[in-house]
Amino acid sequence: MTNHYIDLKNSDVILIMGSNAAEHHPLAFKWIMRAKDAGARVIHVDPRYTRTSARCDYHVPIRSGTDIAFLGGMIKYIIEGNKFFRDYVVNYTNASFLVNPDFSFEDGLFSGYDAQKRSYNKETWTFQKDGNGIPLKDPTLKHPQCVFQLLKQHYSRYTLDKVSSITGVSKENLLKVYEEYSATGAPDKAGTECYALGWTHHTSGSQNIRTMSIIQLLLGNMGIAGGGINALRGEPNVQGSTDHCILYGNLPGYLKMPTASLATLEQYLTKNTPTSSDPQSANYYQNYPNFFVSWLKSLYGDAATPENGFGYSWLPKLEDGKHYSQLHLFDRMYEGAIKGLFAYGTDPAVSSPNTKKTRKALEKLDWLVCANIFDNETASFWFGPGVDPKQVKTEVFLLPAAATMEKEGSQSNSGRWVQWKYKAVTPPGDAISCGDIQIRMMDAIKALYAKEGGPSAEPILNLKWNYKDIDGNMDVLKVSKQINGYWEADVEVTENGAKKIMNKGGLVPTFGMLRSDGTTSCGNWIMSGSFGADGENKMARRGKEDPTGLGLYPNWSFVWPVNRRIIYNRASCDINGKPYNPKRNILEWKDGKWVGDVPDGPWPPMADKEKGKYPFIMKVDGVASLFGPAMAEGPFPEHYEPLEGPLAKNPLSSQLINPTIELFSSDLDQVANASDKFPYVCTTYSCTEHWCSGALTRWQAWLLEMQPELYVEISEELARELEIANGSKVKVSSARGEAACIAMVTKRFKPFTIEGRTVHQVGLPFNYGWLYPEDGSDSTNFLTPTVGDANTFCPEYKAFMVNVTRR
Amino acid sequence: MELTRRGFLKLSGAVGASSALGLNFKPVNAYAAELSKSNRIKSSKQYTTICAYCSCGCGLICSVDNLTGKIFNIEGDPENPINEGALCAKGAGFFDLTEANKHRLTKVRYRAPYSDKWEEKDWDWAFSRIARLVKDTRDKDFVTTNAQGRLVNRTESIAHLGSSNIDNEECWLISQSVRAMGLVYIDHQARV
Amino acid sequence: MKKTEYIKLIDTTKCTACRGCQVACKQWNEMPAMRTRNFGSYQNPPDLQWNTWTLIRFQEHVDKNGDFKWLFRKDGCMHCTEAACIKVCPSGALYHTEYGTVGINQKLCIGCKACISACPFDIPRFNQQTEKIYKCDLCYDRLKDGQQPACALSCPTGAITVGEREAMIDKAYGRLDQLEGKGIVYGDKFVGGTHVMYILSEDPAVYDKLPVKPRIPASVILWKNLFKPFTLIGMGAVAGMAALHYLIKGPHEVHENKEGDE
Repeated sequence: MTNHYIDLKNSDVILIMGSNAAEHHPLAFKWIMRAKDAGARVIHVDPRYTRTSARCDYHVPIRSGTDIAFLGGMIKYIIEGNKFFRDYVVNYTNASFLVNPDFSFEDGLFSGYDAQKRSYNKETWTFQKDGNGIPLKDPTLKHPQCVFQLLKQHYSRYTLDKVSSITGVSKENLLKVYEEYSATGAPDKAGTECYALGWTHHTSGSQNIRTMSIIQLLLGNMGIAGGGINALRGEPNVQGSTDHCILYGNLPGYLKMPTASLATLEQYLTKNTPTSSDPQSANYYQNYPNFFVSWLKSLYGDAATPENGFGYSWLPKLEDGKHYSQLHLFDRMYEGAIKGLFAYGTDPAVSSPNTKKTRKALEKLDWLVCANIFDNETASFWFGPGVDPKQVKTEVFLLPAAATMEKEGSQSNSGRWVQWKYKAVTPPGDAISCGDIQIRMMDAIKALYAKEGGPSAEPILNLKWNYKDIDGNMDVLKVSKQINGYWEADVEVTENGAKKIMNKGGLVPTFGMLRSDGTTSCGNWIMSGSFGADGENKMARRGKEDPTGLGLYPNWSFVWPVNRRIIYNRASCDINGKPYNPKRNILEWKDGKWVGDVPDGPWPPMADKEKGKYPFIMKVDGVASLFGPAMAEGPFPEHYEPLEGPLAKNPLSSQLINPTIELFSSDLDQVANASDKFPYVCTTYSCTEHWCSGALTRWQAWLLEMQPELYVEISEELARELEIANGSKVKVSSARGEAACIAMVTKRFKPFTIEGRTVHQVGLPFNYGWLYPEDGSDSTNFLTPTVGDANTFCPEYKAFMVNVTRR
Repeated sequence: MELTRRGFLKLSGAVGASSALGLNFKPVNAYAAELSKSNRIKSSKQYTTICAYCSCGCGLICSVDNLTGKIFNIEGDPENPINEGALCAKGAGFFDLTEANKHRLTKVRYRAPYSDKWEEKDWDWAFSRIARLVKDTRDKDFVTTNAQGRLVNRTESIAHLGSSNIDNEECWLISQSVRAMGLVYIDHQARV
Repeated sequence: MKKTEYIKLIDTTKCTACRGCQVACKQWNEMPAMRTRNFGSYQNPPDLQWNTWTLIRFQEHVDKNGDFKWLFRKDGCMHCTEAACIKVCPSGALYHTEYGTVGINQKLCIGCKACISACPFDIPRFNQQTEKIYKCDLCYDRLKDGQQPACALSCPTGAITVGEREAMIDKAYGRLDQLEGKGIVYGDKFVGGTHVMYILSEDPAVYDKLPVKPRIPASVILWKNLFKPFTLIGMGAVAGMAALHYLIKGPHEVHENKEGDE
């Protein structure tokens, strides 16, 4: 979230699209209802009428997988209707930048497409620059090659008729949403967007979010109270686990994982440290070397020295252009290339797409180590349905883990609030925390390498691993302080004009002080400042002061970065630092300093040509990107059909599917587009009463009582057609597998009219597995395809094709 | 007047200071089996925690019985500004995640190749066996240089998944140690 | 000594059916769950049970303008001022608390089920194993401490609030103004006023299992005046209850829930 949960109360219009907030983030709805009570409009755009829709002002049904078309139409409406916030767009976005004259878009493809590689050469996706290397701009936004004009041209094709025909949304409903939402382009109005897996679980996931980001920028809704783009993330510490990057492509703090072509630390830092010639761009990532070297020091401790490049050579290097996501991981495992798997607190045998392939892949492992609080379908795959244990070679460990209230530590919510939690009781029986498991297991591995040696033993032996207390248990404060960062030498710094010695072994007070010479160590730069230099654990703070009255609660917990509650907050003010909306003043430049929330950097506002900086300090040009060349599919989002959909042709271009998605090709990766055998659009989701694969919640009788087994929601119209009665047993099938379930016939799904014909959509929750309850149901993911977003590889769980039959 | 007194015990602003001990609020002298639940709570030790489901970050209070040392009640933390004591169905049922739930795992389970049953093991055995498997697999398949002869130092045949349902400090320990092992197939629920 | 009367106001226009209340009630009251099946609805258990004192009812409805609504109603004891269950209870197990709510003292319950037959809202439930009656007591234990009932504390959106009688009645009518007349206050106009009130978005007749004009069955009044003083002394309790049961409802089937494994 760019903002945070409580801030939702500050909004004038809340668009919930790609989320079922009332069901999956029920406490977000506390604040949404607070806004509604204060007069806000709340709009739900979703394939299905849900508990969220019931509490919104209105619900607009949309065919799954067509969000870009819907939002593209809104961009056209905003630009052509002159509804955008001109001052904001001109000053705070790259709307005025002139794009490379060779850049083009034709029939669904941008310039530079390589069909063989299914990817783009992006050399034309650049800006024209002056002699000093500063992008050329036209603040009047009239130059035909400026971003604004190209954007206008791109979305001119998204007419109401076209969008309605693709999405199945009536023109009347489109206009209703466009009009109400674009009214937040007024400087004193705030519009926010709540999304969740409904947007990320698509082959166009990242671009769904980017399309909305463009809208938010056009309307001046980024960086303000009650605005922003708000990902309501789905797991208790998914923000923290992402921040610490248990991910193939990133290292803690979103630092880049090195690739094979970057042989030396110097090459790596040059590649990843952006440079800007514009003196008004803060280009904060110019500090990248400080963050990265300090991280290496946290990894290898004293073994990381300037002489050995701080151990850079020991790091694993990814193959350039190759990906290692969960989709790839199971694909490789199915091929037999992966021999050992750790699966902590996760149940991919239920939650990964294409369950048949996932479970077959598990059978090819030599060993599997699971750590959970309950048994699950992954740990017990070897006696699952249709599996003969006598044929399965895999050695399996199921380690009993502590539940959350049985351990002390911090957890980061979606609004980046890092809250401290306490250990109430010891875990039952032999159970220990995952942290203790990892510490003791690594101790054993280190001991073996110390004794026997082996290839590349150095990174293992040199891993800094002194995080135990005197009893031999994980010392959580030792870990969190290393994450915050230490001085590794006595260092003289200048603070507020005065010189000061920071002593070796002291806590680094903020990432602004991290250094690239090995004199600081920091496990995750964005978390630096979570401790005070005096040792105060800011994550444990419980102060309830709210000086702005806008729910920032600056003394409750710690929020990264540097306790900034709303990121990009300098953009809430005009170029002189005066709030655009004085009623919701989160930040103001007053008497030579910023007052309010922690600003995005201390510099004066950008009207000060000498010292002032642009507001989007993490962007190399200092402004937000309407033109976004980092995306795999192109700088402007474009509608493509899902891998499996009801249409044989994309109504907007000759490119049926996203031209840059990776296609998997094992024998179990069957696809059936526009097929009579699988005529219904299907989507999957969770329910309030269960969580994710249900691996925690199915074992809980109170929750299971309320949602006992798998069901498919189908419209009354389709049920009539198929002679299916409410509550009867049915089977849903796709080109990859099937799911037995109960039919829930409902008025909450309605048939769509797409390209002139009736298209039905159905939906199932994904919370069930065979292990428990015994007489329950199995995974919905037998139906879903192994395919993902071209940028993130988030799987497509939300749009594919099925059939429904009685059983 | 609306009933707005929230929570049994007034959590003072100084909670952070009493950190590792949790929130111990003057246990009453006499414990009686006949105590009402409200009174039992007042004589219990209380600890704040954060919900383990979606990402709202709702606060909860666990009440631990002084005699049994077990949690006997979990409800919303009224002081937490995010949820102000409120909880959804999953949060309200948090108690069922404690050891009161008979399905909780309490022993290391091990399944030998081609076996049709679990066996119970102790931690020392499990860690030394896992370390052996990791080392053998890593040493056998370790890729020092790639096809172009570039140094890559990676372990491609071991993968790590999870988790977004553990604490930050645990996530970080995993993130650090899997890199030390040279793993590249590293992922978790942030993607799925 | 008579204390302040409390009212629980359930504003269905704010309810998201997250069912935090349904579980919080079970958690606080330490009630087990039962094994259920999906019968084509989110609503589960299908009805109130001896171990489910509060239940969110889900109902799909098309109003007279043709607009679709998904209605959620938290069902449970209404805590009547003129409480039929108390009038018929021969043992004193059901009683009015100092807050005006209907308390239940299980130790005194003889399992006669008279209250089941008498209740105009069909609330009390019988447990075959313990042979006693169960229902919501509005968290009497918590009220005594000035605490909100478990359901109210749990409610994310403020759909369930509890407070002093007059204040809550004012709040209810105040909410109607906010809803610009698109709501109905339910609960203050019958059985002497209930201590659970609703803000409903639709006419009461639309809702499943919600009586439009709840009243104490005439037979209960008759019973109370004529027989109750003699009940446990003058006649065999069982025979007496059977007579009462027939008097009120005819051969009505009492809810007898099968217990599951949990």
